[in-house]
Amino acid sequence: MKKFDVVIIGGGPAGMAAALGAREQGASVALLERDDRLGGILNQCIHNGFGLHYFGEELTGPEYAKRFRDKVLADKGITVFLEAMVLSLTEDRVVRAISPTAGLMELHAGAIVLAMGCRERSAGAIALAGTRPAGIYTAGMAQRLSNVEGYLVGKEVVILGSGDIGLIMARRMTSEGAKVKLVAEIMPFSSGLKRNIVQCLNDYDIPLRYSTTVTRVTGKNRLTGVYVAPVDEKMNPLLEKEEYIPCDTLLLSVGLIPENDLLTGTSVEMSRVTSGAVVDEFRQTSVPGIFSAGNVLHVHDLVDNVSEEAFVAGASAAKFSKGELALSETVSVLPSNGVRYALPQKVHQGEGKVKIYFRVDKVYRGRTVVVESGGEVVKRKKTLVMAPGEMQNVEVDKALIRGDLSIYTEE
Amino acid sequence: MEKFDVIVIGGGVVGTAVLRSLAAYKAKTLLLEKASDVATGASRANSGIVHAGYDAETGTKKALFNVKGAAMFPSLTAELHVPYQKTGSLVAAREGGLPALQALYERGVANGVKVEVIDRKRILELEPNISPEIAYALYAPEAGVVSPYKLTIAQADHAVINGAEIRLEEKVVSLEKTADGFAVRTEKGEYFASYVINAAGAGASEVNALIGEDAPTETHAVGDYYILDSKEAGVVNTVVFPLPDEKGKGILVAPTADGNVILGPTSRKVPHEVAEENEVTREGLALVREGVGRLIPCVNLRSVIRVYAGTRTAVGSDFIIEESKKVKNYFMLLGICSPGLTSAPAIGEYVAGVAAEALGLIKKEKMRPLPARFHLTKATEEEIEDKIASDSAYGRIVCRCEKVTEGEILEAIRSPLPAHTVDAVKRRVRAGMGRCQGGFCRPRVMEILSRELNIPLSKIRLGDKGSEIAPYEVKDGYEKV
Repeated sequence: MKKFDVVIIGGGPAGMAAALGAREQGASVALLERDDRLGGILNQCIHNGFGLHYFGEELTGPEYAKRFRDKVLADKGITVFLEAMVLSLTEDRVVRAISPTAGLMELHAGAIVLAMGCRERSAGAIALAGTRPAGIYTAGMAQRLSNVEGYLVGKEVVILGSGDIGLIMARRMTSEGAKVKLVAEIMPFSSGLKRNIVQCLNDYDIPLRYSTTVTRVTGKNRLTGVYVAPVDEKMNPLLEKEEYIPCDTLLLSVGLIPENDLLTGTSVEMSRVTSGAVVDEFRQTSVPGIFSAGNVLHVHDLVDNVSEEAFVAGASAAKFSKGELALSETVSVLPSNGVRYALPQKVHQGEGKVKIYFRVDKVYRGRTVVVESGGEVVKRKKTLVMAPGEMQNVEVDKALIRGDLSIYTEE
Repeated sequence: MEKFDVIVIGGGVVGTAVLRSLAAYKAKTLLLEKASDVATGASRANSGIVHAGYDAETGTKKALFNVKGAAMFPSLTAELHVPYQKTGSLVAAREGGLPALQALYERGVANGVKVEVIDRKRILELEPNISPEIAYALYAPEAGVVSPYKLTIAQADHAVINGAEIRLEEKVVSLEKTADGFAVRTEKGEYFASYVINAAGAGASEVNALIGEDAPTETHAVGDYYILDSKEAGVVNTVVFPLPDEKGKGILVAPTADGNVILGPTSRKVPHEVAEENEVTREGLALVREGVGRLIPCVNLRSVIRVYAGTRTAVGSDFIIEESKKVKNYFMLLGICSPGLTSAPAIGEYVAGVAAEALGLIKKEKMRPLPARFHLTKATEEEIEDKIASDSAYGRIVCRCEKVTEGEILEAIRSPLPAHTVDAVKRRVRAGMGRCQGGFCRPRVMEILSRELNIPLSKIRLGDKGSEIAPYEVKDGYEKV
């Protein structure tokens, strides 16, 4: 049995930032990472565009990861367990894990930070019709194969979904000489960042069709083609308009799912919208001492935001472990009218400011974001464009909180 | 030319059952399989049900082998360490369905099967989530669920450790009668056999044609299935069927032996040429959803992790299980559709017995038992610690959803019938069968295969030839960090 003030599950960007946040408060930290190196998915993101907000400069994924990794590895107060997979955790903060070097281990934690990241929705999860050949990949799997292993999955590509990894892979495969014939997006808007649509598709003349889906795939051993069709407003494909596109590769970028399977059997309150835990501004879940940050909490667009959020979670976890996280009454943050979700879902009354992150449910132009508390408007923020693929935030003065916060958009 | 006493053509659940039963005799045996692994046809993609045996017409081979086979499952699966649970089954009927249930009940009794007709109160005890429309059910407590591909693989492994040989990716292209046996030619080689058993499944009629036997017209029915996340386990406890119709036993809802939930199948006739493509259709999936709604309406289809299709090949209404009258020492197994999986162990024993008698084979005193595979999720803490101490690979989890270690994957690659494709690994140890469907572990499994088989990653396949997963090398110099 080993004891740590803070045990962090996951050594990607969230876990590493949480570890540094906890160390800043002087806590002893265990950082458990299932892969053989720290960095998580950043290690396969060899494109640039990371760190603009956090570091004020443009880095690649591995470079961004290295900045945190170097600090983590240099800090004697952080015990890093690599190839360590957490098997279970309990509400009284006992973490069971396994690794090839340590075998089965049991860690007792003063506080836990969940930083397990997310997984990609698979072909099975979208019940893709057709045959079952090789040639169908989630975008992230194809990304790992090309950027870590050094192998390209195919030459003629259709991409379903316009999530950021799909967009990045459209450019990546084009650079490797593959032909990306189409990106099909079932929604009338993209879930990816505008800058990725411009830099990864428009710059390479790769067509993006909205309200379009893949209806079935063909090929026995290797994919030979896909059928695509436009969808109606209820997302049902108009099969009479089905069109065949010969290709050897289908990449799926159809959504990311926070990997909260470890919480099964605990009473941690979950959000049906984010698929992550319900948290307060310290990123503490409904179970005291269990914190959550990064993509396991809600899927982010920018790693910079992950680092910022996880640093707070780690620092708060450290304070909790020392009994220094004094908390007042909470109010709820209630999204409506164009706001699909807002996070944190709970806010403590008191001093200082709280940054509320939120996503809208479709593309809005020229709307104002309003935050109300106890019938009074506490914040108004005018926006030019808001899209579901770009997380927004608004800062609220805690001293103005009189009751539940409602956050909504208005014309 | 290599000589064998018996050659079995086809590595499905039936072919491997025959081979395993033959391995109990002192004989040189060989199984030839055209695909990259055993259990790649109907034995992979089916409902995985051990049928009780009330369904088949009394006096048919289906009824005979079903009842005999079902009785073998508890001890067979224990011996071969194959996931199996005796869950019982229900044929659920609405108000007015009692006469049809009664007919099934009587057939069950005639077939020697334990069955009873139960009312809604008893149904609710077994299936609290049953549709409010369901009033009566035929309950068969002896029915169960099994992992069909694991059974096939275990039979193959057991046969191999007892001296049988299996050659994969060897499609039989010609079959000739010689003075004292057969010349069997495949894409790769030529073999001699004194006795040939045709267990080629969807290709059995084609094999018959090679030797000049009748090649009856086969009908192929494709069925679509859903597999749900293991977190939905418990929504159904038994195998729940609707009342059967002319197309078959209908769309069922059942737990799988590995802890998921299975929904399906439909039944769509397809021509022979595309019978093995196993195409899932949107219409089929819609029919499954409708069918499931009539039985267990609260099934959560948002938890789907996989959809797939399987093909049942039938020849007329009954199994063809007989020695050829035209060609001496040639045995035919045709149209082994449902309840073929349940019948397979009994068919294997019977056919091996016929071949042994024809050749005057002598039984071995005993067979070597099949060692159990290590499964992290089923091991005790002590077993896990011991295993990691013996090889640290057992502490390295590769498939995070199903908690499969590198050690288990290495075991699969080094097993008696070695796995050499990603899907073959998956069928043996479940790496890639969980909720992320290999999103994370597939590249890792490919790396391990590449290292173990000493071939480049670009040659690693999903399954059969032409299914390389990442066939091209990335050019140098691009976006190097």
